[in-house]
Amino acid sequence: MFDTLILILDSTVRLSTPLLLAALAGLYSERSGVFDIGLEGKMLGAAFAAGAAAAVTGSAWIGLGAGIAVSIALALVHGFACITNRGNQIVSGVAINFLAIGLTALLGQDWFRQGGRTPPVTGDARFETLVLPFADALREVPVIGGIYSELLSGHNILVYIAFLAVPFTWWVLFRTRFGLRLRAVGENPAAVDTAGISVTWLRYRAVICTGILCGIAGAYLSVAQSAGFIKDMTAGKGFIALAALIFAKWKPVPVMFACLLFGFLDAVAIRLQGQQVPGIGEVPVQAIQALPYILTVVLLAGFIGRAVPPKAGGTAYVKERS
Amino acid sequence: MSEQLAIELEGIDKRFGAVQANKDINLKVKKGSIHGIVGENGAGKSTLMSILYGFYHADGGEIRIDGKTVTIASSQAAIALGIGMVHQHFMLVENFTVLENVILGAEGGARLSKGIGRARAELKRLAADYDLKVDPDAITGDLPVGLQQRVEILKALFRGADILILDEPTGVLTPPEADHLFRILRVLRDEGKTVLLITHKLREIMAVTDEVSVMRRGEMVATRETSKTSMGELAELMVGRRVLLDVEKTPAQPGAPFLSVEGLNVRDARGVDVVKDVSFEVRAGEIVGIAGVSGNGQSELLEAIAGIRPARSGVVTIDGTRIDLAAARRDPAEIRSYGLAHVPEDRHRMGLVTRFHEYENAILGYHRDPACGRGAFLDLDAIRATARAGIEKYDIRPPDCALKTANFSGGNQQKIVLAREIERDPAVLLVGQPTRGVDIGAIEFIHKRLVALRDAGKAVLLVSVELDEVRALADRVLVMFDGRVVGERAPETAESELGLLMAGATQEAAE
Ligand SMILES: Nc1ncnc2c1ncn2[C@@H]1O[C@H](COP(=O)(O)OP(=O)(O)OP(=O)(O)O)[C@@H](O)[C@H]1O
Ligand SMILES: [Mg+2]
Repeated sequence: MFDTLILILDSTVRLSTPLLLAALAGLYSERSGVFDIGLEGKMLGAAFAAGAAAAVTGSAWIGLGAGIAVSIALALVHGFACITNRGNQIVSGVAINFLAIGLTALLGQDWFRQGGRTPPVTGDARFETLVLPFADALREVPVIGGIYSELLSGHNILVYIAFLAVPFTWWVLFRTRFGLRLRAVGENPAAVDTAGISVTWLRYRAVICTGILCGIAGAYLSVAQSAGFIKDMTAGKGFIALAALIFAKWKPVPVMFACLLFGFLDAVAIRLQGQQVPGIGEVPVQAIQALPYILTVVLLAGFIGRAVPPKAGGTAYVKERS
Repeated sequence: MSEQLAIELEGIDKRFGAVQANKDINLKVKKGSIHGIVGENGAGKSTLMSILYGFYHADGGEIRIDGKTVTIASSQAAIALGIGMVHQHFMLVENFTVLENVILGAEGGARLSKGIGRARAELKRLAADYDLKVDPDAITGDLPVGLQQRVEILKALFRGADILILDEPTGVLTPPEADHLFRILRVLRDEGKTVLLITHKLREIMAVTDEVSVMRRGEMVATRETSKTSMGELAELMVGRRVLLDVEKTPAQPGAPFLSVEGLNVRDARGVDVVKDVSFEVRAGEIVGIAGVSGNGQSELLEAIAGIRPARSGVVTIDGTRIDLAAARRDPAEIRSYGLAHVPEDRHRMGLVTRFHEYENAILGYHRDPACGRGAFLDLDAIRATARAGIEKYDIRPPDCALKTANFSGGNQQKIVLAREIERDPAVLLVGQPTRGVDIGAIEFIHKRLVALRDAGKAVLLVSVELDEVRALADRVLVMFDGRVVGERAPETAESELGLLMAGATQEAAE
């Protein structure tokens, strides 16, 4: 029983990692007042770029760099459309999602001719799992051994980066000048403008942060969790991340718990696949996969109170009186 | 006396589309003085100040600060030149603490920890020096407007402003708060700082400024030494004609009660009882004024009667229809249909959708009227015609009903709401702060409209923090304190007596 639990929790960590990276990515952008439903597209683009670059160069790190670069490029497209040209943020986000789906499939087929896959990556082209110090020695210790050696140890570096990004984001948001301005511009850009700060530049920087984190999320999918890019491999994770972000009311630590919860549901779903649950019979996987969305709607509707988005979110800043 | 000039403007032009907001403006402001600027709504005062603060760019003209020609390309440049501004609509992040708002843009380093400690000490010093006390850790949005304004002033002083621009700072203040502000401004002036003060209240101009400039329709028409001018002359310069500063009205002829309120109790979201057991009547053909320092339940009273805010208990009768406010959640639209119209106190939050065209706001809340369309469809021609009629009658400027409402000046936005509500010819009109931010020409007009409505046999309930306004308009005055009606007086009652009641002195003490 304990072992099963540890196994489920272990895969929870793996499955939450891309959600967490993407949700934190969204947090930067949305806290600055730029809504981003294009997390999915950026992640997908980054996953493809990372998979392709790692396969060609044989280096996971170059793959990561390529993923981040592509994701930032897409983020800047979003920024150019929404910040500079004051376009509709939702439309731009949707466009980026479609662009990513189409381009990754097209280029993948054209470059590698493996039905949209990139060649499998192995060895240095993939992020290996790290074993924490003493993990092997402690393995046999009851409880602690399970938790330390199985749950905490034995993940790739991107997992640790994702979880360290949580306190880091919190620190940036609440303890730095950039964070203060970021939060302010999402609430009242006119206040930021009259304080002598450029709204445009600030929002661009936020969007770039989103690009970086989405890039890591994408690279995680193709060169860490899996060994190569598969068509549409994000499979809606960008949207679940968005749900987690709303669920967590745009706060970094709650974002982590929301992502862990959604990752946990996913892990349970995988575990339950094809199994008979007493009294219910075989649980349809789709039902569990839909749970994160249902949970978000239900909990937001009644249990955790209203999630108030950053007040200026969704609107471009135009100098005029409100 | 130094005759140094802090600010010199020469030939400033600014155009917004078809609107020439500033035309060839020349202005000289002496260092170490309080300089007033008055003018009608839409005269271009806020625009001119925003240019000085680098928020807008002038199309032409020259700005000199302390004798040096400068270009103010951004607010940052303005701040660097020692210019600070308190905007007509506050530029605060509501969910930030006071401290966070103050340091925004002047954090003193990439990490907050250092700057914040210094800022806290600096705020303490400013609070002591200028009597500007605000809790630095309070959430700004929870503060009453008077304190929010202090935060704005602190922001400017924290950045070391030598020139302080205040755009209609007293519009939202109670008289004691305004007096406090003026004491601060005098201290600042005596320290050698220069203050530019925009206000519609000529009494304030006379009381606190050294010089005053008058704007009309985008032009600077005159500058006077305050001691050598009068309210009458300023009013005439502003409007271009003689203005009545007093309300003319005949004694009321009250008829049957049109609005009666019985046992109204309201508890706000924080669980505080804000209206306590209030009962009163307003008869046809009379104006009942509610006087009180703002925040004593007047706003909530209006909102509860209008059905916007749930009441714990209470019954209102509007023109014969009894409505139990505590029963199922009341729908403001339904209450309106019984003949009640409401001019909310805060036009930005409740009266207008500022992103809409003017004509859309001109029918907001009445869009189901048969006059506005049929079924699901709006009759835009008819709506625009209604809007144009309102614009003409209320002299809303610029007279363009397709303009986005946000682009009207503050006073003109207020007129849009008033036109909409009064022109429905309601049996009962609730008005909160009808002349907040409105110029004297328009005040005269609005007062006349309210009196005309009364004389047409309607009931008017007026809430205003301007005691003068209540006394001038009302036929009976109710004083509210701490959620209760603590007394009823005739409008002729001495200001001091009303003031005591408003301050919570007991009935007997006031008598
Ligand atoms: N951003 C804008 N876009 C279009 N028109 C504008 C804009 N800002 C101001 N205006 C117009 O410029 C004119 C001057 O407006 P301004 O706000 O300066 O007036 P004001 O003197 O401050 O009036 P009030 O006393 O009502 O505040 C008005 O006609 C207004 O409608
Ligand atoms: Mg103005």
